[in-house]
Amino acid sequence: MLDAKTLGKLQDQALELRKMTIREIGHLGSGHIGGSMSIIELLTYLYYHEMRIDPSDPKKVDRDRLVCSKGHAGPAVYATLASKGYFPEDWLLTLNQGGTRLPSHCDMNKTPGVDFTTGSLGQGTSAAVGIALGQRLLKQDARTFLIVGDGESQEGQVWEAAETAAQWKLGNLIAFTDFNKLQLDGWTDDIVSMDDIDTRWLGFGWHVQRIPGHDFNQIAEAVERAKAVLDRPSMIILDTIKSKGFIPGEGICANHSMAFDSEAAEKAIAELEARTKGGKE
Amino acid sequence: MRDTSSLNNMRDAIMVAIEDLAAEHPEVVMLDADLSSCIGSSSFQKLYPERFFNCGIAEANMVGVAAGLSSMGLVPFAHSFGCFSSRRAYDQWFLSVGYAQQRVHLIGTDPGITAQLNGGTHMPFEDIALMREVPGIYVIEPSDAQSLYELTRQAYATGKSSYTRVPRKGATHRYPVGTKFELGKGIVLHEGSDLAIVATGEVMVNAATKAVETLEASGVHPMLIDLHTIKPLDTELLEKAAKQCGRMLVCENGRYAGGVGEGIAAHLARTCPTKMDFLNVGERYGEVGKLPYLAQAFGFTPERIVELAEGLLKN
Repeated sequence: MLDAKTLGKLQDQALELRKMTIREIGHLGSGHIGGSMSIIELLTYLYYHEMRIDPSDPKKVDRDRLVCSKGHAGPAVYATLASKGYFPEDWLLTLNQGGTRLPSHCDMNKTPGVDFTTGSLGQGTSAAVGIALGQRLLKQDARTFLIVGDGESQEGQVWEAAETAAQWKLGNLIAFTDFNKLQLDGWTDDIVSMDDIDTRWLGFGWHVQRIPGHDFNQIAEAVERAKAVLDRPSMIILDTIKSKGFIPGEGICANHSMAFDSEAAEKAIAELEARTKGGKE
Repeated sequence: MRDTSSLNNMRDAIMVAIEDLAAEHPEVVMLDADLSSCIGSSSFQKLYPERFFNCGIAEANMVGVAAGLSSMGLVPFAHSFGCFSSRRAYDQWFLSVGYAQQRVHLIGTDPGITAQLNGGTHMPFEDIALMREVPGIYVIEPSDAQSLYELTRQAYATGKSSYTRVPRKGATHRYPVGTKFELGKGIVLHEGSDLAIVATGEVMVNAATKAVETLEASGVHPMLIDLHTIKPLDTELLEKAAKQCGRMLVCENGRYAGGVGEGIAAHLARTCPTKMDFLNVGERYGEVGKLPYLAQAFGFTPERIVELAEGLLKN
C-alpha cells in the first residue's frame, strides 16, 4: 500500500498528465486520445515512483527503460516526459505538426526520454526483450518496462517475443497490457477476442497478474510482486477504460482517435475536474 | 590479416570474420533463428556462449531483439536464410532497425539459386530489392571467401547496418590474402573497352569470368567488374565503365525489379545513358534442383553471358 501522501501526489500528477494530454491533442485538433488516457496511471506510477531515471541525463547507460509498444499512445508518453523535464512543456503544442520532435508514434531519435521507436504494432515487444537481454548481458542493475495494447496482442510478433523472453528467463522485464477492450474498429471481443489474455501469457511461461489498471495501490503492489520474480518475465494485465478521464470519449466505441479542438479540450478538462472534485476519479 | 584460402565454405569465411570481430569487440553478439548449424554459428556459441542467442523459428522477433540489443550499445550479427531474413522480417528490419537507426548486421544465406534443394520457397531473389529500399544501410554480396571476410569486417567498421548475401556451401578463392578491398568500391577483374560486364555475387562473377575468357578468345575485349557492394552503388566506377565501353551487361543472382541492374540503369540514365542488358531471373519464381541444373534453367551460365554480350555488341 502506498502511503496517503504518496498516493495523493500520484493522483494529482495523473490528473495533471490527463489535462496536458487533452490540451496537447486538442491543440492539434485530433489524435489518439483513447489509448493515451487509459495508461495515464501506469505512466505516472512508472515515471514518478518506480523507474530509476535521470531526466537531465536521458541517455544514462544503466537507466531503467520503457518501451511503449503501443506507439500511438505517444501523446501520453510525451506529456509524462515533458512533466518530468525531459523537454520544455511547450513542445506538446507541436504534436504531430511538420518538423515536430513529437510525432504521432514514439520515436527514440526525435524525442528525449523515448527509449525505443515504436508504431508498427508488436515490434516494441521484441525490442524490449532485446533491451532486457542487453541489460542482463551488460550486468546492469536495471529493468525494462513494456506497455502492450490488448488489440496489439493480436500481432503474432508479441507472442514470438513472449516465448523468447520466457526462454531466456528475463526477470528484469516487466510488461503491462493496457486491457481497455477496444481497438480501432470497435470492441476487441467483436473482432478478435482477448478475453483469455491471462491464460495466454501464463501459457507462455510468464508470471501473470491482473489488476484494476487505474488504481495506484494495485499497480504498486503488482509491480513489487513482479520485481520479486527473478526467474521469469512478468505481465501485469491492467483492466482499464479507454479514454479514461476524457469524458466525451468514455464508453463509446469510436474513441481510438478523436477530433476535438482546444475549446472542446478545455470543456472536457472542466468536466474532468468537476468529476474529480466529486471524488469519482 | 587472415588468410581464408584453406576454408572450404563461404559460410566459414563469414563466421571466422564474425568470430574475429567478437574477439576484438566485446559488444559483438550473434543471433540465429534455428539455422545455427546451417551457417556454423554454433562455433560462435561455443566460443562465446553468453553472447549467442538462438531465437528459434521466429525471424521477425530475432530482428526486433537484435534492434533492442543494438539500442543497448551491443552490435548484433543475425542470421537466417535470405528468404526469411528479408521477406519474413522485413517490417522489423525496416522500422526497428532502419528507421530507428539501430546497428544490426543481418546475414541472408542461400541467395538466389544457391538455395538449391530447398527450392522455390527458400530461394530469395527479391531480397536485393527489399534491402536496397532501406535507407542508410549497406547491402553486400562478396564473390569469394577472402572478400567476404574482409568486407564483413569493413561493414562492422562503418557503424551502420548491413545485409550480406552469403552462399553457404563451397568457396571460391579468387582474391589472395592481402588484396585491398574497399566497401562500396567495385573491383575491376579484367580491363577492356568493348563492353562492361558487371557481376554481383559468387555465382555470377564465376560465370562472367569464364565468359570473359570466351569473349577474349573471339576478339572481344570486355571489362569485368566484381560489384561486391550493391548499396551504395559504386557510381564512380560504373560511370567510368559506361563511358569507356558504351555498353553494359549487369548479371545478378536475383530479380530484375529493384535489383542491381535496375539500380545501375536508373543511375546511368541520369548521368551517362548507356546501352544495357541484364541477366537475372526476371519474373520467375525459384524451383528445386542442384546448382548446375538451376544455372542452366535460369541461364546463369558463361554461355548465356557470352550470348547477351554479343547481342549488346550487335546493336
